[in-house]
Amino acid sequence: MIFSLAIYGAPFSSQSSDTAYQFACALLEQGHSLHRVFFYHDGVYNGSTLATPPQDERNIPASWSQLAEQHGLDLVICVAAGLRRGMLDATESDRWEKPSHNLEQGFTLSGLGQLIEATMVSDRMITFGN
Amino acid sequence: MILHTVNRSPFGSDCLQSCLDIATIDSGVILIEDGVYCALANTELTELISTALTRHKIYVLSPDLQARGIADAVAEGIEAVDYAGFVELCTQFDKVVSWY
Repeated sequence: MIFSLAIYGAPFSSQSSDTAYQFACALLEQGHSLHRVFFYHDGVYNGSTLATPPQDERNIPASWSQLAEQHGLDLVICVAAGLRRGMLDATESDRWEKPSHNLEQGFTLSGLGQLIEATMVSDRMITFGN
Repeated sequence: MILHTVNRSPFGSDCLQSCLDIATIDSGVILIEDGVYCALANTELTELISTALTRHKIYVLSPDLQARGIADAVAEGIEAVDYAGFVELCTQFDKVVSWY
C-alpha cells in the first residue's frame, strides 16, 4: 500500500514528528511504500540542519534525513510556510539575498500542490497534527 | 469506514468529544500521544468511553501509554497496539482522519 504523511508540528515542541517518524519506520518495515512526507505549518522546522540538540538526545531532522537516504524518501517542506519561518535552501537564500541557508540534506522546498498530489496518488494520507 | 486519531488529552481539549460527535458507527478510534489519557479507567470520562465502545472499536498506542506510565490503567475494552498495529489499522480502514 502507498502511504503519504503530513506533519504539522515542530520538533521538540510537539510529539507529531516523533510519532510520524516511528510510524514511517513501521510502515516501511512492513513493506509498504512511502510516497512523500509533507511538512507544513510549524512542521517545517523539522528540516533545519542547524538543529543542535544535546548529543545524547535524538536529532529529529537528522533522523528524517537518514531515513530518506536509506529509503529514497521525498521529504517536502512547504515553501510558503518555510520561507516565512526562515527555512531556506541555497536557491531561495540567493533569491532573497540572505546570509545563509539551512535546509537539511534530503529535504526540498516545494508548493502545497505536492500535498494534494500526495493525497491523489497514495492509498492513505495520514496527518500528524501539532 | 474511517479510522480517527485523537492526540490530545481529554482534560484540556474537546478533541475526543468532537471526534465521537462526528464518528459514524463502526468507525475506529485510535488514541495517540496525549490522547492516550482518554483511555484511563475510572475518570469522569468513563461513561463517555463505555458508550463509545458500544459504537466504535477503540485502540490506544502502547508506546505512548508506557511513556506516560499509565499502561496498567487502561479502561476495559480498549485495545493497545504498537506502531506496527497502528499501520495495520490504517490499512484496514478506508481513510484516516486526525483530530488534534
